[in-house]
Amino acid sequence: MDLTATGSVPERGVAVDVDELRAAVATATTVSTVGGRTHWEVGGAPPEHAVEVSAPGGVTKYDPADLTVVVNAGTTCAELGAVLAAAGQECPLDPRSGRATVGGALAVGLSGHRRLRYGPLRDYVLEVRFVTADGRLVTGGGPTVKNVTGYDLPRLLVGSLGTIGVMVRVILRCQPLAAVAEWTVTDGDPFDVRRRTFRPSCIVWDGHRTHVLLEGVPADVAGERAAIRSEPSPAPIWPDGPHRGRLSVRPGLLPALAPALDGTGVHWLAEVGVGTVHVASDSDTGLARARAIAEGAGGWMLREHGAPALDGFGSARPNPGMTERVRAAFDPTGKLSPGRLGPVRG
Amino acid sequence: MRAFISDLQAALGSDGARAEPLELSLYARDAGIARGDAAAVCFPRTRDELIAAVRVAARHRRPFVARGSGTGLAGGATPVGGPLVIVTTRLNRILEVDAAERVAWVEPGVLNLDLSRHVAHLGLHYAPDPSSQSACTIGGNVATNAGGPHCLASGVTAAHVLAVEVVLADGSVTMLGGLEPDQAGYDLRGCFVGSEGTMGIATRVAVRLTPNPPAVRTLLLDFVTIEDAAATVSGIIAAGIVPAALEMMDAEITRAVEDYVGAGYPRDAAAVLLVEVDGLDAGVAHQVAVVERVGTEHGARTVRIAADERERSLLWKGRKSAFGAIARIAPDYYLHDAVVPRTKLVEVLQQVYAIAHEQQLTMMNVFHAGDGNLHPLIVFDAREPGVWERVHRAGDEILAACVAAGGVLSGEHGIGLEKREAMPLVFSPDDLDAQARLRDAFDPSGLANPEKILPRGSRCGELQRVPEGAWI
Repeated sequence: MDLTATGSVPERGVAVDVDELRAAVATATTVSTVGGRTHWEVGGAPPEHAVEVSAPGGVTKYDPADLTVVVNAGTTCAELGAVLAAAGQECPLDPRSGRATVGGALAVGLSGHRRLRYGPLRDYVLEVRFVTADGRLVTGGGPTVKNVTGYDLPRLLVGSLGTIGVMVRVILRCQPLAAVAEWTVTDGDPFDVRRRTFRPSCIVWDGHRTHVLLEGVPADVAGERAAIRSEPSPAPIWPDGPHRGRLSVRPGLLPALAPALDGTGVHWLAEVGVGTVHVASDSDTGLARARAIAEGAGGWMLREHGAPALDGFGSARPNPGMTERVRAAFDPTGKLSPGRLGPVRG
Repeated sequence: MRAFISDLQAALGSDGARAEPLELSLYARDAGIARGDAAAVCFPRTRDELIAAVRVAARHRRPFVARGSGTGLAGGATPVGGPLVIVTTRLNRILEVDAAERVAWVEPGVLNLDLSRHVAHLGLHYAPDPSSQSACTIGGNVATNAGGPHCLASGVTAAHVLAVEVVLADGSVTMLGGLEPDQAGYDLRGCFVGSEGTMGIATRVAVRLTPNPPAVRTLLLDFVTIEDAAATVSGIIAAGIVPAALEMMDAEITRAVEDYVGAGYPRDAAAVLLVEVDGLDAGVAHQVAVVERVGTEHGARTVRIAADERERSLLWKGRKSAFGAIARIAPDYYLHDAVVPRTKLVEVLQQVYAIAHEQQLTMMNVFHAGDGNLHPLIVFDAREPGVWERVHRAGDEILAACVAAGGVLSGEHGIGLEKREAMPLVFSPDDLDAQARLRDAFDPSGLANPEKILPRGSRCGELQRVPEGAWI
């Protein structure tokens, strides 16, 4: 089925035919890959003069009995979700906005709120096809759900922010939709909630109340809800504001960091058991204070939106040397999304 | 060479490094069939000794090969080109267990099953469970991105490794990944897992521990045709159930296992399915009902649910002893590992049996059916003239059939030495060049486990000289 007509192609994209895309990338001196622009600011926008390219859209092959789907990278997550839901399945990419493209969500690499149960985004990518800096088409991974044939290029591409290649098509692992998905809320201790529940999909805590997403068959969901003395509730409200980021810290440190976070005046919501803390602030100084807390705890903070004075990642970047070696191996002239993954070199 | 050995012994002690012919012969191969030629073998006892061994190799420009228990079947730990074999089995300490965060730091030589036993009293386990789990090491599991029956729902090793401290080929030490989620930048940890020792050696590993499920049910279904069993596998997945494990054994292996273990497997079945579901009570009951229904619809003769933990353990013991059982049938075996889309199981299995029949070989199948991971097992007597040629021919044809059905070369054993020349069946020259770039970024020297995974000619530069100043 071809869904390219339903709006998956970004307005400003210049090439959606793969051969045109290859030629555009090969001849450009600076390339910027455009998805749905829902996370455009992550890592910092590339230079103005960059040639903008986009991947084609559309679900190209889907066999529900295999629990895998072949999807062009320019397809929006909403569109993919609708196709899978029609067969009672899903792929838990869970981007903040359904307008995000599959390729964009993977390139940014931010896992969704159900990571506690389903694991990080990268665990769902079986195969990736991308255009290299010199315009070649490369496939890594494979179409099967289990595969150790060669080096794991799919994992390398997830979170690479367009600096390894331009993703054009991926094969994703799907899973059956749960019979019931229900948010509940409790005043109980979130770590106690974690101990008392089996495979909860998400536990978020704002320092006062704990929201829990339970998925499963109705009797189990009701049983878990009762076990943690919680009540059905609407989904939690994710922190939003002109300045936004996400902290990444060891999950066990959350109780110790909560008072400090309260002191910064930012809105925050922590994913218990994962270690992601979503923060939003009316001022960029609030975000800077939150970053200092994360870095003081051995973690880091990604600037997601706003706060233009802040560096995209902060100073606590792991392995800059190895990162640069890998980047240079794939893009020796630095043409692909320069600046996205830290300062432009040389 | 003498200087190399004496430098090693200076770093690891005289009993820490050996180069006697008998020692070298013991480490010339893993559980696969290829033999190699080690120049020396060493046995570091500490992280510092492991790092020192790599530094000695780097200083002498000597290739090195990391080796855990040597249970790999693809020749990944086979020494090629006179390398130093670095055996990690003395690095077997569980360094730290954090029950609240569900994380353990372990040395690379810790045995897979030892880790699960060590944390059992906390209600936790280490989820990847290769059949060799009582013998294989976590470091080896990281190198091969090992799987196991219970990886169907819980994912293979890559999904359970949070961080790896690695000594690179130049002797420098670096941390890949971390305990905080979604590190900035590339997933270097994900690149390292499954790289078969070609990017460096893990000095310690942080693994995720998994809570034991509150309810578990193990079902044994038996069938009069193998096609019915395979169709049941596809039917269960299509019905929206991803069991914790879904294993198939054909008639020959079922009989062999039953004779060996006495687990109560039906000796007259054409195929059996071992299905395990877990979770909370109602969900488990639902899954059991679906598996029973789908099995019955596809002609299951009986559906037996293990009554207690003893019966469940016995059924699993049978499955995991399969390779011990076949030793009673013929002296040699050759085990394949390929994956096909689950919807192609029936047709590929038919082809696999036809290939064995044509080559007049005895073939058994015991495999991870739920994720399409086939393990055709050829048993033979190597003393029979000409049999090796037929075994190899059958292997090549089986791989070709799997690839033609949309499959891949290996699901969990790795490419190693054995399958490197088959890589062009699934990857183009550009694909292989990209993989070589990633490998070389980690190890520009090429000293870390050379001649593995990538076939000769994978790098564009190996095929043709490139004009200076151009990049390809």
